[in-house]
Amino acid sequence: MAGDRGWQKWKWVLLFLLPSLLGLTVFILYPIISSFWLAFNDWNLLSPPEFVGLANFQELFSDPSFWSALRYTLTFIVLYVPLAFVLGLGLALFLNHRWRGILVVRAATFLPVVASWVVVSLIWKWIFNPAYGLVNFALKWVGITGPAWLFEPQTAIYAMVITSVWKDVGYIALLNLGGLQGISETYYEAARIDGASRWGLLRYITLPLLTPTLFFVVITLLINYFQMFEQVWLMPMRDSAAARQVSVIVSEVVRNAFSYNRMGYASAMSWVLFGLIFMITAVQLRLQKRWVHYATE
Amino acid sequence: MSATAPRPASGGETIAGKVLRVAMMTLIVALMVLPFAWMLSTSLKPQQYILSTTPQLIPNPLTFESYIKLADRINLFRTFFNSLLVAVLGTGGQVLVSAMAAYAFSRMQWRGRDTVFVLYLATMMIPSVVLVIPQFILVRGLGWMNSFAALIVPGLFSAFGTFLLRQSFLGLPKDFEEAAFVDGANYFTIFWRIILPLSQPALATLAVFSFMGLWNAYLWPLFVARQEAVMTLPVALAALQGGPRALTEWNMVMAGSVVAVLPILVAYLLAQRWFVGGVVSSGIKG
Repeated sequence: MAGDRGWQKWKWVLLFLLPSLLGLTVFILYPIISSFWLAFNDWNLLSPPEFVGLANFQELFSDPSFWSALRYTLTFIVLYVPLAFVLGLGLALFLNHRWRGILVVRAATFLPVVASWVVVSLIWKWIFNPAYGLVNFALKWVGITGPAWLFEPQTAIYAMVITSVWKDVGYIALLNLGGLQGISETYYEAARIDGASRWGLLRYITLPLLTPTLFFVVITLLINYFQMFEQVWLMPMRDSAAARQVSVIVSEVVRNAFSYNRMGYASAMSWVLFGLIFMITAVQLRLQKRWVHYATE
Repeated sequence: MSATAPRPASGGETIAGKVLRVAMMTLIVALMVLPFAWMLSTSLKPQQYILSTTPQLIPNPLTFESYIKLADRINLFRTFFNSLLVAVLGTGGQVLVSAMAAYAFSRMQWRGRDTVFVLYLATMMIPSVVLVIPQFILVRGLGWMNSFAALIVPGLFSAFGTFLLRQSFLGLPKDFEEAAFVDGANYFTIFWRIILPLSQPALATLAVFSFMGLWNAYLWPLFVARQEAVMTLPVALAALQGGPRALTEWNMVMAGSVVAVLPILVAYLLAQRWFVGGVVSSGIKG
């Protein structure tokens, strides 16, 4: 490599690297370490932290709010991930055509992705309003009396799942679209010569060759939705049964940290969440051998 | 996705097939746009017309009273300005810091380089919820509560940004650089005059990703910027909902949503490519 040598060169390296290295150490690395240490302490921000060993973790495993939050998180994921996955795939297959006006459709599906969760939550909260919302109006039009949606835990979950799918489907479709466009046309031509039907092409060429992308999609959805927060924090109606009961892990972390000032306990909970995500991802990586095909040229 | 090569439509499409296809396309666009249209429509209605059991999409009478009420309830210009300031400074800072580090990681040879880079990548595995609490404590300890520093500085240092730009810098040819060194240029000149201009797509992608994240951010500002002087739009907006007994004034909440979402939607429609790139790469970050 051309340029300066020795100390002269190190001066340049430091000049370029130092802002980032220093900042990352102070604002990322140090917080990670201190949070880990905090998980073994009791601290209310006022009196000095007190080392309590594993007490936070023990408390956590017998904390009904934590288990309830975990149950709601998992319920949400079980409802949301398959729906988002299938619709995201279907939408991508639909958008992967050279029809007139398809670019407009593509652009439209991306609008909710760009909007913030706060705005999306508020719009759909209004749409799911039992008395004046669009959803119950549409239901009434076909002769059904709509439920109280964001007032009741059961229906609030459905409302939040629908909202989340609406917000994310364009993003998932886009990821899939990237994968679809990476599939070489030669495969299709060879199969057509062999007389494959459209369904055959989809079943034996498109889907198998798309599995690496689909795998990435599933991992991303799981990682993101174990950490979901905004919609659950904002959508249930104030003081309703839904607001009292529906809670996810991140809302528990936030509540313990910022409402109860239990910094140690909240940190312990955030690390348990990290462990969960880590485990799920590791299991996924192992399971991928069963269904993901990596094309070899 | 700009460089697309979708498969051509099959030649023998029936009339029914075409009708079905156009109907499907229309339905998808309607489903995606209607909620935004409903937001805009609600924001332009007087309060008594909102609480109507037969919804009307085109407001009649049309009024801006909810926007006036909104400007009365929250310091609209201030919050808008705060959001913009945080997003612009945060984006500029993050792109600059990341680009400098990416340059050191891609175009300079030094001992220990790859080890340090792996350490950078390792920090990307930690979910943001783990970081929120210690960062809050740190920012509080620094005396930065309710300041722009709290909103901007912790977000500047992104291993993800460094990673993204490093990938792009690595792909640049060495020829210009070497010619410039022969002409007596130093590392900074090369970074500023050659590497950055050649990497505009990657820089734009990171900038859009960063701007969107900052403009839309809720969790972090909610806890470090509660005072009006530094409050950003999403936090002010979420607080507009009715308290325990007060009825939510939905036309005002929707007016706030319009103000919060319009800039980002317009930016998206003007610069679709970069948004798509920015959002897709954000998936890597998870």
